Amino acid sequence: MLDDTAIEEARRQAQICNACRYCEGYCSVFPALHAQRVMADGDIVQLANLCHNCQNCFDACQYTAPHEFDLNLPGILAEVRQESWEETAFPAALGRSFHRNGTLIAMAAVVAMAALFALLRALPGGGEGFYAMLSHGAMVAIFLPAFVFPLVALGVGLKRYWSRVGGERIRLGHLRAAFASAAQMRNLAGGHGKGCNFEDGDRFSQGRRVMHQLVMYGFLLCFAATTAGTILHYVFDMPAPYALFSLPKLLGLSGGILLCIGTLGMMRLKLRSRPDLQFPPVRRGEFGFILLLFIVSASGLALYAGGGTTALGALLALHLGAVLAFFLLTPYSKMAHGFYRFAALVRDAQRR
Amino acid sequence: MPEKQDRYDVVVVGGGNAALCAAMTAAETGAKVLILEAAPEPYRGGNSRHTRNFRCMHEGPLSVLIDRYGEDEYFDDLIKVTGGRTDEALARMVIRETEACLPWMQDHGVHFQPSLSGTLSLARTNAFFMGGGKALVNAYYRTAEALGVDVLYDAPVTHLAVADGRVNRVEYIHGGQQHNLAPKAVVVASGGFQADIDWLAEAWGPPARNFLIRGTPYNRGTVLRDLIDQGADTVGDPTQCHAVAIDGRAPKYDGGIVTRLDCVPFSIVVNRDGDRFHDEGEDVWPKRYAIWGRLVAAQPDQVGYVIIDSKSLPLFMPSVYPPIEAGSLAELARKMGLPAGKLQTTVAAFNAACGDTVGFQPTELDGVATNGLTPPKSNWARPIDTPPYYGYSLRTGVTFTYLGLRVDERAQCSDAAGPISNLWAAGETMAGSILGQGYLAGFGMAIGTVFGRIAGREAANHVG
Ligand SMILES: Cc1cc2nc3c(=O)[nH]c(=O)nc-3n(C[C@H](O)[C@H](O)[C@H](O)COP(=O)(O)OP(=O)(O)OC[C@H]3O[C@@H](n4cnc5c(N)ncnc54)[C@H](O)[C@@H]3O)c2cc1C
Ligand code: SF4
Ligand code: SF4
Repeated sequence: MLDDTAIEEARRQAQICNACRYCEGYCSVFPALHAQRVMADGDIVQLANLCHNCQNCFDACQYTAPHEFDLNLPGILAEVRQESWEETAFPAALGRSFHRNGTLIAMAAVVAMAALFALLRALPGGGEGFYAMLSHGAMVAIFLPAFVFPLVALGVGLKRYWSRVGGERIRLGHLRAAFASAAQMRNLAGGHGKGCNFEDGDRFSQGRRVMHQLVMYGFLLCFAATTAGTILHYVFDMPAPYALFSLPKLLGLSGGILLCIGTLGMMRLKLRSRPDLQFPPVRRGEFGFILLLFIVSASGLALYAGGGTTALGALLALHLGAVLAFFLLTPYSKMAHGFYRFAALVRDAQRR
Repeated sequence: MPEKQDRYDVVVVGGGNAALCAAMTAAETGAKVLILEAAPEPYRGGNSRHTRNFRCMHEGPLSVLIDRYGEDEYFDDLIKVTGGRTDEALARMVIRETEACLPWMQDHGVHFQPSLSGTLSLARTNAFFMGGGKALVNAYYRTAEALGVDVLYDAPVTHLAVADGRVNRVEYIHGGQQHNLAPKAVVVASGGFQADIDWLAEAWGPPARNFLIRGTPYNRGTVLRDLIDQGADTVGDPTQCHAVAIDGRAPKYDGGIVTRLDCVPFSIVVNRDGDRFHDEGEDVWPKRYAIWGRLVAAQPDQVGYVIIDSKSLPLFMPSVYPPIEAGSLAELARKMGLPAGKLQTTVAAFNAACGDTVGFQPTELDGVATNGLTPPKSNWARPIDTPPYYGYSLRTGVTFTYLGLRVDERAQCSDAAGPISNLWAAGETMAGSILGQGYLAGFGMAIGTVFGRIAGREAANHVG
């Protein structure tokens, strides 16, 4: 069950904001907050998932400690948000373990990599390129469930979230509004287009928005590469390996590069950020997860480069292991935030 | 012995809006500037960190401001609240200058946002700071530091030594020690004296000890008193301060905007003894806001109690503390420490005097009044009869004091012998030169910005 003290504290702070309203222009949390005089638990959870931790409202607040009102909206909303992900995760026990534990994430990744190593040795190859190491059939047998299970788990989680925040029937307009906002990461512009106060006290910067965009679009490109490969394989009967100027390679290569830069950039920003304006217990887990995403992209790029060499087997195990761990951990790690955030944007579109 | 005396051309006393505007302006002309701010860094920015908007003249749409707000209309609005106690020439100069200030503020890092929800009536006249006054102050400190301005926090100025028509020495305390500086020019922008409760009590009498101070605890008027003692010209009534009625549970200092209560028009207000003492429905609330500060100050223990019922709860902006709630008036009285029988009698008498309430209209003077009741309630008079009942305590919250340094149109200070050649003042500490009573929302930041820039420019010119 959710620990209500965080929600209670968030409600106390939100009520102060509702009497103040100075931060109204920064993000969609405030207009949503001002719309209600009495905030139910579900409303607070929804506010928490609308917040993207830009921290602008912290530096602007005349009531932060040492003031006795002790406002720290980014911090308390991060805690409520985190708890809402863990509470709705399916199964919930996994949510709590991985979010809060970078070591566990690393262990999961190592186990997945070792398993891939063992499989590569045990199973016969069947084709060209990396299919010579692991046949297409074996890959599908491993990765299809590893892809479908997290999606199902996320689906259950989001459904729980939706009832928690009292969501209504979703219409096309709501989705359209949410997509438009997410695609531009509009809220990350900080209301005035100068970005977030994140890595350097009260200085506004676009750093976080840019790095986030790189990660999101890098990830989507990699995903598109896999999809393109799958279509080529099944529809056009053109199995891998592909030439450099093929759709899967071009998408994968550019996506991998964006993802590499983006994850490194995110780690750099996060290192400089103020932990108490986030939820400190998950800091290591978050770093662990970004690092995993970096390994996914870097090992993928290394595969392109080292494809013909004797290192292929090791690289393949590394990459596929990282991808496997990444997929399986998605519902229980920071990766989930993208899905919850999208749900929150849809819910917000219903409020308007 | 003065130390480091050659380092700084201009010393600015204070770290709020007026001080920062002066410091940035002086630094932009090449002067080496030091800000001495009494507060520690987290509390920097004085009352300016509590503000939300800037009243701005504009001939056409400007930034977030819609339509037009001309000089004469602005001046008329001012005269209405000051009852004529206004220096017309200085006031008009400030008003005219505001139009150029807004883009200047943006250039120096301030972001504006459309009028906040609940304040639509100000959308044409007042430009709201995105994030409020603290965001403005943060932006100014960043800009000032980029311009080479040095800032010392925790550095209250204790004495400006004036002799032969100039300031020869600035004394301040920092790190537990007294330090001296001898800059070429000094700008005083250290606000009013409202945080010095003893001084308030001297001016207002003992009731002032029960007042709450809405803003910073650091505006204690130390430099103002020091200059008065040395014969500097002052202006404004020392017994006057701007005070409003705020939530009685607010902290002694620094409660800021969230402690305001807008529910009086929909309530009855009683004193400690359970008696009503003024017409709660006299006028729309913003106009009565300041009056109730004084009314409450005149009651025993300087406290009032607002009583409403559940019908009225959704009609006003929520405040920082939830109201005290009870199922009956007797229970509410007990929870609020009021005589229960008396409260019930007062409410019964009020309810009996309420007439037809079908015309009730919360957003305008609706004429729904009591009959034969003293004091009457002339608008929004609806019986208080639908539990749960809610109560708030009310206390007097002081915004600022009016007594200040007299300046001319170049922000220069003077004494009996004439101008003090290297001393300028800006902001609340000289606002009495412009308005002697009353207050117009957004005019404090207007005075501070306009005079801060003038003082900075004049100080830098003097330095050459
Ligand atoms: C709750 C609240 C809301 C307000 N809202 C608005 C609004 O929306 N719009 C508006 O126009 N006005 C508003 N006002 C009025 C406004 O705050 C003032 O008019 C304005 O901030 C004055 O600016 P200032 O720079 O003169 O003084 P302050 O901003 O008060 O700055 C004075 C500075 O001097 C420092 N200081 C004091 N003594 C010393 C010393 N001895 N040595 C060194 N430093 C010293 C203080 O620490 C402080 O930094 C509001 C006031 C309050 C209390
Ligand atoms: S964070 Fe602070 S300044 Fe912003 S709305 Fe809330 S109380 Fe006001
Ligand atoms: S941290 Fe940013 S996104 Fe979150 S509530 Fe504050 S301003 Fe909004």
